[in-house]
Amino acid sequence: MVDSTQFISGAIAQTGRIAGLHARLMLIPPYRWLANLRPLPIGRTLLFALILFFAAWSLPGLWPLWLVLAILLAGVAVTGRGAVIALPYAWLLAFFLSPFLIVLKISFAEIASAIPPYTPLFEILWDMEIEEAYLSVKLNIYNYLFLLEDDLYINSYLSSLQIASVSTFLTLLVGYPIAYGMVRAPVQYRTMLLMMVILPFWTSFLIRVYAWIGILKKEGLLNLALMSTGIIDEPLTILNTDTAVYIGIIYSYLPFMVLPLYATLEKMDESLLEAAADLGCHPLKAFWVVTLPLSLPGIVAGCFLVFIPAVGEFVIPDLLGGSETIMIGKTLWAEFFNNRDWPVSSAVAVILLLLLIVPIVAFQRMQENNAKKEA
Amino acid sequence: MMTAIPSGNNRQTTVEAWKDPSQEPYIRLENVTKKFGDFTAVDNISLDIFKSEFFSLLGPSGCGKTTLLRMLAGFEQPTSGRILLDGEDMSKVPPYLRPVNMMFQSYALFPHMNVEKNIAFGLKQDGVPSPEIKTRVDEVISMVQLEQFAKRKPHQLSGGQRQRVALARSLVKKPKMLLLDEPLGALDKKLRTRTQFELMNIQEETGITFVIVTHDQEEAMTVSSRIAVMDHGRIIQTATPTEIYEVPNSRYVANFLGEVNIFEGRVAENARDHVLIQSQEAGCTIRADHGIDAADGATVWVAVRPEKMYINLEAPDDPNTNCMTGQVWDIGYLGNLSIYHIKLDSGTMVTMARTNKERVVERKITWDDRVYVTWAPDAGVVLLS
Repeated sequence: MVDSTQFISGAIAQTGRIAGLHARLMLIPPYRWLANLRPLPIGRTLLFALILFFAAWSLPGLWPLWLVLAILLAGVAVTGRGAVIALPYAWLLAFFLSPFLIVLKISFAEIASAIPPYTPLFEILWDMEIEEAYLSVKLNIYNYLFLLEDDLYINSYLSSLQIASVSTFLTLLVGYPIAYGMVRAPVQYRTMLLMMVILPFWTSFLIRVYAWIGILKKEGLLNLALMSTGIIDEPLTILNTDTAVYIGIIYSYLPFMVLPLYATLEKMDESLLEAAADLGCHPLKAFWVVTLPLSLPGIVAGCFLVFIPAVGEFVIPDLLGGSETIMIGKTLWAEFFNNRDWPVSSAVAVILLLLLIVPIVAFQRMQENNAKKEA
Repeated sequence: MMTAIPSGNNRQTTVEAWKDPSQEPYIRLENVTKKFGDFTAVDNISLDIFKSEFFSLLGPSGCGKTTLLRMLAGFEQPTSGRILLDGEDMSKVPPYLRPVNMMFQSYALFPHMNVEKNIAFGLKQDGVPSPEIKTRVDEVISMVQLEQFAKRKPHQLSGGQRQRVALARSLVKKPKMLLLDEPLGALDKKLRTRTQFELMNIQEETGITFVIVTHDQEEAMTVSSRIAVMDHGRIIQTATPTEIYEVPNSRYVANFLGEVNIFEGRVAENARDHVLIQSQEAGCTIRADHGIDAADGATVWVAVRPEKMYINLEAPDDPNTNCMTGQVWDIGYLGNLSIYHIKLDSGTMVTMARTNKERVVERKITWDDRVYVTWAPDAGVVLLS
């Protein structure tokens, strides 16, 4: 914040109506006091917000107090520059952190025949005899232990990670040449090619996966085409196998691989390849020593964008995979809708999230360290 | 910055190789044309460049000089014509097999490699054993004085340092010909001037044939053994910097290099040793001390450099001296020079320069003075086009 005297003295004439008003108001002590208040740093704002969130959650009855506190907090934190930075945090807080906390909460509950079907974590117990109230907190960690007890969960996690890694790698193999071809295409076609990559999104994801059933089934388009051209005599069994799941994932997530790759490759200076050639490097080798290392950020981004949703994928293994295709998304679905065991399915979800977040954070740390080493 | 090199006579031995008919050209362009669709970027250029020359391609942007350079590097194929390097036809040789290296305008340093690795890249491609790579890289790194920066990546270097890395990278393979595409374009003026001299020193030291593309006439004048002035895909004149400046062959060349006053006129008398030109623009008959290849009455142009003109308050004694009258319109004081703009009685504006040998405390000639602008008969050049 700028020193108030600066505003009062000189600036009124030059800085327009709002600033002039501001300068006049600065003469009034409460306004001056508020205006000179420093905006709260993001970290502390988040901390306060979290405390507020937990407080409001455990004692929702006092909601007007929480509301006022929240508005005050926002008022202090959101001052100009702060607002710009706060927006993404607020978004994450509202749509990522709070749902996660709810899931986390359910994962520590016990299954119950109630609506919702789990026991509450916090309860205010009223002791009639001595007329005292207790806050009872009951954390049930059995849900997590249960995941270790039954092979199904560990197998689901491992099989999901395996299917996701393999299909991410395959998507990279398919996506890289596409992105590379787009970048090398004449400028006037590039927008059109980009549109064509994005075009499938205009149809529902579900419908597109269903369409693959029509292509991959025994009497489907693929088998029909292969048999009529005489390449095979017997129809191939692709549908309801892991192969169909791979095809489905590669097809569905290809744009998420192509777009970041395209973005990095497009930024690459073409004169670097000319320089490599000039220094005696064959174009094929130049791809390995120049293009590939320089597109690494795009490869990493694309792989993350494909791998992360692929691990938790439900629709594709459910529609295209067979009964032996186990993926954590399917297991979670069964746990939630068939067994109606919200606490265990929440524990499955929490572990899945941790499995994905830990490597991402580790990777980010590594990159930061590398950047530090260079500087 | 660069290690001082005893001003070798290297240049002397190579100088004027183009005048010696027994000398074989090192690089020969035969009727080279390059078309992009309908656009002719390079138009039927034939050119000989000799070993250890520092040759400049000078011209405004879009004149085809970079295209010509890229054809020498192998990035573009001539639409027609041949390029010979050391007697060998280069037309079918891809860039990665040419004994030619280029220093790119953007430097094109590999951002993921440090200085050392950038420089070693070319040697590695040739399968040079690693101890030799080490010594050769160290050698050029010390030549361009980048020892402390060897482990840095390009983004951690300043523009001038990057320029040195690019130069070192293209020098380390000891190419038969080094191509430089606007090598100093991104540097500020002081650094550019200093680097020009360093480039000349390196060229003399290594004896490599340099071909440089530039749009900066001062740079071309400073570094080159010869300059080819280009316009619209053609070479207008190829000559030494002195010849280009003193004896331009056309108004285009005269205008492109430095300031010049040009007077249009008609040939009145054409003798072996002199020519008289009736010029309305100059408001007098101009005498030039050399014969020209033009008929009486033909339209010609006389070019006179501003520094070759004199300004006087009295008329000259010598009747042969060219003399025009006018009024001082404007004076620009540049410190070392003063620029006078003089409006002649004919209405033409003339620019002339005077060195400020004495401190200018009180000007003898000032605004609105009536003056005589004179120049010697051997100071101007008669141009036919």
